Amino acid sequence: MSEWRYWLNEQRGTLMGLAIFLLMFSVYIANHPAGLTVNVVETAANKGVLLAFIAMAQALVVITAGIDLSVGMIFVLTNCIASWIVVGTPMQTALGVAGVLLAGAACGAINGLLVIYGRLQPIVVTIATGAIYFGVALLLRPFPGGSVNEDLADALTGRLFGTIPTSLVALLVVVLLVWLPFRGSEIGRAAYAAGSSETAAFMSGVPIRRARFAAYTLAGLLAGIGGLFLTFFTYTGEAAFASGSGYTLWSIAAVVLGGVSLYGGRGSAVGAIFGAFAARTTGDMLFVFDVDPLWQPLLQGMVLLVAVSIGAIGLLRVRSRLDWFQ
Amino acid sequence: MTATQSQGGTPLFRMEGICKRYGGVRALEDASLAVEGGRIHAILGENGAGKSTLIKIMAGAVVPDEGRMLLEDRQVAFRSPAQAARAGIACVFQELSLIPDLSVADNISISNPPRRFGLIDRTAQRRLAEEALARAGAEDIHPRTLVRDLPLSRRQMVEIAKALAWKPRILILDEATSALTAGDVAKVFAVLRRLRAEGLALLYISHRMHEITEIADECTVFRNGRNVASYAAGTRSGSEVVEMMIGREVSGVFPPKPQRHRESPPVLACDRFGWSDRLHDITLKVRPGEIVGLGGLDGQGQRELLLGLFGVLRGTTGNVSIDGVATSIASPGTARAGRIGMALIPEDRKTEGLMQPMTVRENLSFAALDQLSARGVIDRDKEERAIDELVRLLAIKAASLDIPVGSLSGGNQQKVVIAKWLMRRPRIILLNDPTRGIDVGTKQEMYQLLRRLADADAAILFYSTDYDELVGCCDRVLVLYDGRIVRELEGAGITERALVASALHVDAQAEAAA
Repeated sequence: MSEWRYWLNEQRGTLMGLAIFLLMFSVYIANHPAGLTVNVVETAANKGVLLAFIAMAQALVVITAGIDLSVGMIFVLTNCIASWIVVGTPMQTALGVAGVLLAGAACGAINGLLVIYGRLQPIVVTIATGAIYFGVALLLRPFPGGSVNEDLADALTGRLFGTIPTSLVALLVVVLLVWLPFRGSEIGRAAYAAGSSETAAFMSGVPIRRARFAAYTLAGLLAGIGGLFLTFFTYTGEAAFASGSGYTLWSIAAVVLGGVSLYGGRGSAVGAIFGAFAARTTGDMLFVFDVDPLWQPLLQGMVLLVAVSIGAIGLLRVRSRLDWFQ
Repeated sequence: MTATQSQGGTPLFRMEGICKRYGGVRALEDASLAVEGGRIHAILGENGAGKSTLIKIMAGAVVPDEGRMLLEDRQVAFRSPAQAARAGIACVFQELSLIPDLSVADNISISNPPRRFGLIDRTAQRRLAEEALARAGAEDIHPRTLVRDLPLSRRQMVEIAKALAWKPRILILDEATSALTAGDVAKVFAVLRRLRAEGLALLYISHRMHEITEIADECTVFRNGRNVASYAAGTRSGSEVVEMMIGREVSGVFPPKPQRHRESPPVLACDRFGWSDRLHDITLKVRPGEIVGLGGLDGQGQRELLLGLFGVLRGTTGNVSIDGVATSIASPGTARAGRIGMALIPEDRKTEGLMQPMTVRENLSFAALDQLSARGVIDRDKEERAIDELVRLLAIKAASLDIPVGSLSGGNQQKVVIAKWLMRRPRIILLNDPTRGIDVGTKQEMYQLLRRLADADAAILFYSTDYDELVGCCDRVLVLYDGRIVRELEGAGITERALVASALHVDAQAEAAA
């Protein structure tokens, strides 16, 4: 086997996510009345970027064989915080941004501490902390409102050189500054190891606890970045419960579409980004086909099922049934 | 460390008065051990004799309750495997310590990866992996392969390379050869001899007696958590050693084989059975009361043959007939059902045989739940009676039947796997290397059991990587090579020599040429 094939094998899940996204996006564009224009791409990018941040957050935790059902609520909470503090002079705004990111990371760190040192099941811990984070958000913004530094917001949600959506560039920067260093670090590898086989990781002297803690904390940070961008898009803060739970659930769909195994150890946050854009496209698809809004949830669910099935297509080739369970 | 320094006979590492209890169970009681550089020290003992606990303590995975450890006369204590490894003690674990979803290179330097600018330096890591693989004699493994894509025997070689990457002074090999093919064992032995010459202290744990005779300089026998005897290798006979291990006299390891009865029609027969490119033209018959062995090197299609017969594989070709009636077995569910009555004792008891966190009791009745229930409700009394009978029949040793099956020793776990299938009273029993990593005492019980089952008219197809076993247990042996049956040995024709020769496919080729 050449080096190339090894690379393909390592990136299989991520590439499958990319393929699903490209497939769905081409169907979408082909049927869009305007076709592939800068406007259409910008709208798609801005809608997808929020879920992409949340899905990245989810991917980090899922890789360690955990799950974070509070990501959506951290997203909502940081949106509410941002609508209070990301205002004023450039200096004040910068401090505000730092504060929002710190708040997100702190939420993630709390999840991590409870899961690792409290030895509690991640699914229950994050349902509970998710409710708490939403509670705080509601206290901060009982009614939708607040504002954000509009210069910054417009700069980060517009276009670069008139063509490239700035939000996509921001996403790329986050991948370069957060994901790639994590993936290449000892801690990142330990996160994969802990998710793949915790016993083997322990026997090999891998810092499992630190890795899982880092994964949860970075997940909080990424959800916080998502919350910040939500504020940039909407100019307000809102403690929207439905939005929070929706993002949590769709983040799980997105990581699966992006080739991240829910059993841990496999996949990448880049795959989760593709998964997020693919998941977003399922919704947009119904617009271009001009579906009656009453039918939308039902059809969107079916499109999602089809998308997930494409990812599972490899199982059809399986000759030994034992491979199904691996 | 050079070889000359360690000639003086001062131990490199000593353990004294080590005790370890798990709940009420004593795993180790006042155990001691001394290892010297430039020597290969074998540790023998039944499963549950305390060997595993002892080396886990040495390797820092378990902290002892009492006792002290001295490395070059300095007292040491290890709180984690990483600490022990830094002190120069590396371990090749029996329960593999590789991460399936990472590459070979990632795994080899998992504990201490080379870094550049705070990140893992993949180029340097690749180089380290290539060096370590070469040192372990496994250059054929590509460092970028994912571990989960490697067969068991290759993983074991990676495991050895990983331990060597620590550049240890003491290397512990716990059943490190149990998954290896004969060719790999020879390679590993060459590596071990070289390491010994370099002055390393090697601790070698194995259930394969002939390997110990071949490689060890000295041996220590453990029984019931204590070291009961130490002797220079080669100064005790095989039966003396076994006696020390089990603490009682052993008579005839294998039960006598009865006179053959050829007349009875076969229960299981297959004709030109094949699957993808792994199995070709397999034609065989198994009669009631017969134990038919499957021999050959590891990975020549034996496992696939058993899985194929059991309905696990898709797209098999050729015919299978049960009692002379052509039958298609589409799934394990069909295979075990009444008319066919087939059971498969899998190779990997951890994942394919048992549900580790569930209790012994639950595991025992799983495969037979349909027979134990009426209209979907389990008949508790019936279940209880069936379980009691099996626990007695197989002498399963468990503190209680309500503890997780994962907490039993390897031998007892394997008994549970077998018992679980016996509860269905199968007519056809397929066994996939059932005695791997199991102690002598339990092995003997297994052999007796197999013969008893055969005497009760079961048809048994038995794959084993241990040639002694095939010679001692089987009425006939089919030797596989590259997915084909290349030789059939029968009766007195089943000898270790004939098995090895046909496994390597040497004599058949010579015959073909003649």
